[in-house]
Amino acid sequence: MVQYITTRLDASFAALSDATRRGVLEQLGRSDASITELADKFHMTLTGMKKHVGVLEQAGLVTTEKVGRVRTCRLGLRRLEEEAAWIEGHRQLWGARFDALDKVVEELKRKEKVDE
Amino acid sequence: MNSRTTVERTSDRELVATRTFDGPARIVFEAWTKPELIMRWWAPKSFGITFLSCETDVRAGGSYRFVFGHAASEQPVTFFGRYIEVTPPSRLVWTNEEDEDGAVTTVTFEEKDGKTRVVVHDLYPSKEALDGAIASESTGAWPEQFEALDDLLTNLGASV
Repeated sequence: MVQYITTRLDASFAALSDATRRGVLEQLGRSDASITELADKFHMTLTGMKKHVGVLEQAGLVTTEKVGRVRTCRLGLRRLEEEAAWIEGHRQLWGARFDALDKVVEELKRKEKVDE
Repeated sequence: MNSRTTVERTSDRELVATRTFDGPARIVFEAWTKPELIMRWWAPKSFGITFLSCETDVRAGGSYRFVFGHAASEQPVTFFGRYIEVTPPSRLVWTNEEDEDGAVTTVTFEEKDGKTRVVVHDLYPSKEALDGAIASESTGAWPEQFEALDDLLTNLGASV
């Protein structure tokens, strides 16, 4: 797990070390955009922009989806990571609920003893 | 003590949470069915959720209605559905009807040596329904992550 996180961090920092890529993230923070739109915006060739988006995608900072002939980019985690994060959220929710339920069960048990 | 709680996606359509409680099944079952007890644990304070009201008619075909307030929203949120199966103190099954793609929740209570293992099993109508639930809820978490990313970008920008 630690190894995984370190690798992820390395990938994120490498992705963020470039001014264009930081610009792309800022741009996608305002709205989703196609690779063509991003290439225009940053005065770049399509191939050059594809490379930058690829690095951001590898780092899990951007996801892309191809619909027809257009590849749209948006900020976000990859599908699997999104699911892992969601499940972790659920674990925290149930964990918090069950900690509170522990106390209720404890109290009901005590009460039952007194009533006996 | 969250580590004692496990949550797993066991299939395309299923999500399972488990935990063992130190008490007999009839007590744990009671805490899952009596409104005044449910209100004490179902909405964790650390999540900014507060119970506004809780009604349960715990019998097969009976309905339930939970109303919550949330710090981040002015409108209360209502969760409702029907109990499909009620077998004290070992099994409870209910529908979640606030969402048309809602899951059917089955909770089992297994007692052993005075302890009760609780398994909460959510079965979604389709893979798409569970995927959809994941997608819509994770989007909700974005503002915070974006803020963190903003900070990171600002710091990196300043140092380059």
